[in-house]
Amino acid sequence: MKKTLANIYILIIMLFLYLPIIALIVLSFNESKSMAVFTRFSLKWYEELFQSELMMRALINTFSIAIISALIATVVGTLAVLGMNSMRTKSQNALMAFNNIPLLNADIVTGIALMLFMLILKIPRGYGTILFSHATFCIPYVILSVKPRVNKRTDKLYEAALDLGATGKYAFRKVVLPELWPGIMSGFMLSFTMSVDDFIITYFTRGAGINTIATLIYSQVKVGIRPSLFALSTIIFIVALVVLVIINIRQSKADKDNKMAFNL
Amino acid sequence: MIYKKRYASPFIIWIIVGTVIPLASIAYYGFMDRTGSFTFTNILAMFQPNHLQALGLSLLFAITSTVICLVLAFPMAMILRESKFGKQGFMIFVIILPMWMNFLLRTMAWQVLLERQGVINSIITAIGLPRQELMNTPGAIVLGMVYDFLPFMILPIYNTVSKIDKNIIEAAYDLGASKIRTFKDIIVPMTVPGIVSGVTMVFIPSLTTFVISNMLGGGKINLIGNIIEQEFTVNSNWYLGSGLSLVMMIFIIISMLLLQKFDKTGGENLI
Repeated sequence: MKKTLANIYILIIMLFLYLPIIALIVLSFNESKSMAVFTRFSLKWYEELFQSELMMRALINTFSIAIISALIATVVGTLAVLGMNSMRTKSQNALMAFNNIPLLNADIVTGIALMLFMLILKIPRGYGTILFSHATFCIPYVILSVKPRVNKRTDKLYEAALDLGATGKYAFRKVVLPELWPGIMSGFMLSFTMSVDDFIITYFTRGAGINTIATLIYSQVKVGIRPSLFALSTIIFIVALVVLVIINIRQSKADKDNKMAFNL
Repeated sequence: MIYKKRYASPFIIWIIVGTVIPLASIAYYGFMDRTGSFTFTNILAMFQPNHLQALGLSLLFAITSTVICLVLAFPMAMILRESKFGKQGFMIFVIILPMWMNFLLRTMAWQVLLERQGVINSIITAIGLPRQELMNTPGAIVLGMVYDFLPFMILPIYNTVSKIDKNIIEAAYDLGASKIRTFKDIIVPMTVPGIVSGVTMVFIPSLTTFVISNMLGGGKINLIGNIIEQEFTVNSNWYLGSGLSLVMMIFIIISMLLLQKFDKTGGENLI
């Protein structure tokens, strides 16, 4: 009885989270442009999507910005965690407080701050400024994912490897890095996701003439969003679903293998 | 002293260029008038009736949506702690996945669901109740906030709840505590860091949103986020916009201090 209630609760929350997504997927196959009635199944919005240079360019911008900024954030963030590990606790705490600012700050304030900074320095806004801004709000995610993994245990492992005759670089690559890897990967994935989903910061730091999927959607809100954007999002969503399922299956398999190894 | 401290230098430079200087730029404009001289006018402008009203409304909506998120997320975290779904990162997966459908579209999808001819009204009329005007209401905006930010409440609470040692809870039962007492005196206090993280992660974006109110409020309901956004994009009054943003930073600083007080992990529960 208790179990059934619990499962019903999970179901309700899931329905709440996924209902709008289901609605959008259904509408992307709707022949009419109306959002209220489903007239007939049609793939015409998918056709329009692939013929629209505007949307294809927004797609490329969104994903190239997400990949590059997540990579930058991952490298800068991981190095920062290693460097901070050698600092006094006081300096670490101070840096972590600054690290949390972009995370806790309102997106609108972060966006406006970055925009004003660019205006004062007369930096022309465009692809580069979006990239810089995205890396800025992604670095905290990487640091928070990697930091718990660098601890006394990894320090000891590293020292043990050195005692056994490994060089510093070799010990890091073979002993420490595999320990950090899950944190680094989840930091990267989080950064990538946040970058793709961001609208507000992009909105303030982009120049005229450059669009991501989010800014393109926002520009159409008042006039009515073209269903081809639903089609685009449906494709992205399905691809993400497949990729994440594969990662999940592989990870749980790896976890099982690890446990087996320990039992031996 | 295994790693060189200078590995952190790109990060420190990034903090200075990406966070400190930009925030200083807001302060620079916020305390300046059009002629370039120092003034408090932009800050005090928050006390103008229309701004004060928008701030009050924003606070009301943000508090409401935060409370609803907390009430929805806590049982979810407790259930997931005990269920098989909680394991193997499945939860993170399910909660992160919707973010791949752009948040503007997800918010807009509620228009489809809430419309006069929409799905929810069809259900309401099917059970014999009169059609409701759901769109462009405060309720729609709060719903949008709860929808968009609920994951940011579930994740940190789940993170702390899942770390509570089962033995501690059993010890409480063995010592004769009732279910309610165990919940009140053991589980809730141990979950406080997660709750504070979650509250911050929902309250601040709800308080400052301009997108949700634009999309689900039909532009009729002005929140403080809308006012700030319009100062930059419509009225081109950066000075006033910056001044109001500075006032909003007070709320952000308060939440950072709260987080520092309750969450000793340095924010690890946030994600």
